[in-house]
Amino acid sequence: MSTGATGFLQRYEGLAGRLPGDSALRSAAAAAFKASGLPGGTQQRRIEAWKYTSLRSVAEAKFQPDTAPRHEVETVLAGLMLLDAPRIVFADGVLRSDLSVMPPTGFARFADQPDFGTLSWPDREPMVALNTMLAQDGAALHVPAGFDAGIVQLVSIATGEGDFHPRHSIRLAKGAMMTVVEISAGQGRYLLNTVTEIHVAEGAHLTHIRLQDEAVTAFHISTTYAGIETGGTYDSFTLNLGARLSRTEVHAQLSGAGAIVHLNAAQILTGSQHADFTTVVGHAAPGCSSRQTVKNVLNGRSRGVFQGKIEVARIAQKTDGYQMNQALLLSPDAEIDCKPELEIFADDVKCSHGATVGELDPDQMFYLRSRGIPDAEARSILVRAFLAEALGAVADETIRNRLETAVGQWWERQKA
Amino acid sequence: MAAVTETLDTVQSVTQSGYKWGFETTIEMDFAPKGLNEDIIRLISARKEEPEWMLEWRLKAYAAWLKMEEPQWARVDHPPIDYQDLHYYAAPKKKAGPKNLDEVDPELLKMYEKLGIPLKERAILAGVDPDTVENTQVAVDAVFDSVSVATTFQATLRKSGVIFCPISEAIREHPDLVKQYIGSVVPVADNFFAALNSAVFTDGSFVFIPKGVRCPMELSTYFRINARNTGQFERTLIIAEAGSQVSYLEGCTAPQRDENQLHAAVVELVAMDDARIKYSTVQNWYPGDSNGKGGIYNFVTKRGACRGDRSKISWTQVETGSAITWKYPSCVLLGEDSVGEFYSVAVTNNHQQADTGTKMIHVGKGSRSTIISKGISAGHSNNTYRGLVRMLPSATNARNFTQCDSLLIGDQCGAHTVPYIESRNPTAKVEHEATTSKIADDQLFYCRQRGLSKEDAVGLIVNGFCKDVLKELPMEFAVEAQKLLAVSLEGSVG
Repeated sequence: MSTGATGFLQRYEGLAGRLPGDSALRSAAAAAFKASGLPGGTQQRRIEAWKYTSLRSVAEAKFQPDTAPRHEVETVLAGLMLLDAPRIVFADGVLRSDLSVMPPTGFARFADQPDFGTLSWPDREPMVALNTMLAQDGAALHVPAGFDAGIVQLVSIATGEGDFHPRHSIRLAKGAMMTVVEISAGQGRYLLNTVTEIHVAEGAHLTHIRLQDEAVTAFHISTTYAGIETGGTYDSFTLNLGARLSRTEVHAQLSGAGAIVHLNAAQILTGSQHADFTTVVGHAAPGCSSRQTVKNVLNGRSRGVFQGKIEVARIAQKTDGYQMNQALLLSPDAEIDCKPELEIFADDVKCSHGATVGELDPDQMFYLRSRGIPDAEARSILVRAFLAEALGAVADETIRNRLETAVGQWWERQKA
Repeated sequence: MAAVTETLDTVQSVTQSGYKWGFETTIEMDFAPKGLNEDIIRLISARKEEPEWMLEWRLKAYAAWLKMEEPQWARVDHPPIDYQDLHYYAAPKKKAGPKNLDEVDPELLKMYEKLGIPLKERAILAGVDPDTVENTQVAVDAVFDSVSVATTFQATLRKSGVIFCPISEAIREHPDLVKQYIGSVVPVADNFFAALNSAVFTDGSFVFIPKGVRCPMELSTYFRINARNTGQFERTLIIAEAGSQVSYLEGCTAPQRDENQLHAAVVELVAMDDARIKYSTVQNWYPGDSNGKGGIYNFVTKRGACRGDRSKISWTQVETGSAITWKYPSCVLLGEDSVGEFYSVAVTNNHQQADTGTKMIHVGKGSRSTIISKGISAGHSNNTYRGLVRMLPSATNARNFTQCDSLLIGDQCGAHTVPYIESRNPTAKVEHEATTSKIADDQLFYCRQRGLSKEDAVGLIVNGFCKDVLKELPMEFAVEAQKLLAVSLEGSVG
């Protein structure tokens, strides 16, 4: 079996005709993927958007999805501490109705009603092309106008050595509300390559929380396209803890006046983990605002990446864009790379970004140590304080507690 | 000191007696064919009476250049450049120049007046041929002036052991120094334009400040008089030995007429232990007309190496000219506690495009860098700050502070910020801030209410916005630069 781009293309050839949905779209994506290959893979051409993240390790890995049911799924699921709310569970990329608690309305399955959406760019993003080519299942969540759908959990559990390409779609009609909590975890050396398309109509409000706690041997790639219309809000928070290599990429387009987007994130890494948080916020209408606070805590030989681009179109006067990126290096071998980028074509705007990189403040450490707090404990306190600002952006207390627990567990694992 | 005497003599012979003919106006040179190949490079090297190693160095650069592709990553847009359609060794500039001031673009003359440039300097800057009868007196006066000033300065420099001469002369007279340092900061194959420059450079300056010497004067004034000699592919090399200090100013506030559309300069700075180099640039090449036609393409590679402990390199630039500016004056901070600074004002108006910034590469323990960049866009222009701060694992306790502010005037221009921050040392601290704003209506109202015209008000506000950078310029140029900012933005408001 071939590895890398060739392996994926061979799989596509083998599946051709048996995949749901628009076959023309899939073959176009396959052509685009064939031309681009995997970023950092065998093709030598450098792609600026992938400057700091190479998928060479993905290209070299052998992925082999097998269909045999795995008992690890239940074990992993039991450890997830899910909230008391509807949950849609995918195991190895396939919907598991038996493990799910479906929301009362508004759910459709990609395998039954394939919806590729309209916002994605398979021709520009190699991993989106790969997903478009091989997507087999996913969730479509539609909230009707004026309806509050509450919390819906979208769970992905992956096991073994397969590659999975879920395709999700979330649509909120005028004035609708919903909170999506997306949790991904697993065991093994798999690749999860998700594409999610989000539509937030006029005055609607979507809160999107992501907890990525994959196996530290796994690869996690997630690309989200969000379109936010007049007065709508897309409020997202991503917590990246797991995976050997992860990339969370969000393209948010503010297309109606007064739309709001928050793309906050925290990445806590150790060992030789690599996590990349890349965002592109497009201000395409006047009076929109975007807020981003991104924090990296890096231990061991880990590497954190943040690339954040704010584009302000000529029409987008009175734009308010803010971006804060902070990184804490806890080890001499850790590395942070950031690229906060502003591209502005309108004159009446307020855009700013800030970035700081450094270690724990020695004065603060001294203060805690002088009060008899052991070194590890003192570091933990200071790191949690550092993360508190980012986690504080999560308004729902139950969800915030869940995330704090995840961070706590992460620290426990470090001690062990 | 013999070398310095020769420098002086050469300068005198060139400027005084033979200027209008010049030592470059032999027939062969005027008719050097267009295009770039090994023969042209051999010709350049032969004309410059260069040693064999220099020719080999040029050919190596040329071979590297052939394999390279023109960089596409900058946010600049121009029709493809045909590198075979350029003269790499010819001096036709004088012939093409206007015969007298009446033939010079009245817009240009108006600008000189606003900048307060003396009448006789105006003619020289406008490129009026000193050989024409009508103007002989003015031009010759100016040349005489500069010679006398230059002579006095050369005597002072000689006394302190400073070498300051054209780079081609340095290659002949101080080959060991040149051989040791040239290409050591910007390697021949560093980038497309640096490789091109390495292959074909003809003009430029060489500065050597011996151990412990503080250069007795700013090398600016002298250079300004000589600005007429600036060429298309300039090569500058400045070496500051341990404990020495020098301040160098390149360029001129006055807009300069130039026949060459493509400029690809390379500047290399080397600072040893405790040495300090301050390099200031005021760049005001022809930006093209208000419709974006014509104008200079300025693709420059500038880099300084802080090789010694506690050494310091400071770049200050005021960029108002050129149709395209592609320029990233950088510092490689190798020495312990070495310091790099970058202060920049970039103004773009009409259809100008500027993609400029800096790189601070921290290698040494305790190295520090400061980046202050002010970008002002008006008209239909695009102004990009592109910078890199890299902390290597060895850069214990290194520090960087970066501030990039952009100001937009009008709703047809663009301001962009692309900083790269890479840190691999936890004790290193990097701080970066960037803002984008416009001139607030209440600021304008306040000034207008006090009787300032709209343009004066904008000039005042812009100067306030750029204050942190302008104060880094040598005194006399700071004053001119302030005027220049106001002139560059004329017509952008109201």
